[in-house]
Amino acid sequence: MSKFKKSFHIKGRDFIRAGEAAINIQNLLKSMDFDPRLIRRIAICGYESEMNVVMHGGDGTLSLEVDADKLILEIKDDGPGIEDIDLAMQAGYSTANDNHREMGFGAGMGLPNMKKNSDQIHIESRKSRGTIVQMVFFLPVGGKTD
Amino acid sequence: MKISEIVDALDATLLFGDDKLDKDITRCGAADLMSDILAAVSEDGLLLTGLTTIQVIRTAMVAGVGAVVFVRKKKPPQEVIDMAKAQGLPLITSPYSMFVSCGRLHACNLTGLDGRR
Repeated sequence: MSKFKKSFHIKGRDFIRAGEAAINIQNLLKSMDFDPRLIRRIAICGYESEMNVVMHGGDGTLSLEVDADKLILEIKDDGPGIEDIDLAMQAGYSTANDNHREMGFGAGMGLPNMKKNSDQIHIESRKSRGTIVQMVFFLPVGGKTD
Repeated sequence: MKISEIVDALDATLLFGDDKLDKDITRCGAADLMSDILAAVSEDGLLLTGLTTIQVIRTAMVAGVGAVVFVRKKKPPQEVIDMAKAQGLPLITSPYSMFVSCGRLHACNLTGLDGRR
């Protein structure tokens, strides 16, 4: 399969539209006939990461890259950055506020859910300089499954 | 358990999903934190929640939830109902609390999202 990349813009603090980028990626993958279980894993990672940007960050981008042997989901934002990545990876640790929790988020499960649902995760973040999270999903040998 | 039976067991009102009354549901999860639903295997399961925001519908779409029950007589805003309609996602509102709604469905043999009772 030829390489393909598509990006979606995410607006920080826009809770009404939060999740649209992840749903767009989910629909895109459905139209490309990927395994529904794989689509679900990628959609969950996309949605959790998008909520992180909307809650904590400034603006951001959610991108999907389709390669012959893997899919790469990348979220990039110009938000406040993650001070302690190890701590943020712990289930239950959260810097969210009550408004976020009223929306049903901010339980400290975002990054752990992203790690659980991806085959590889790489986080680059610096305080006040934004965050990039890249998640890799390997395709079965022989390419995508139907 | 069919959606029509879930509506009966909860003395509930179906807000949307007349054409899905025969849809079969076997598992059920209850949460106000959407990440808890995203962390479980929620595919085709029932989601009980006290939240009525648009993020409930998006969570249901991402996780593949089969139907949503709003507890404590809650009715979501029209734009939330419209989004569920566009997705063909049945919405139910239960007059009972989260606890009683869950208890009634458990008594009807629904299991948790992990398949346990």
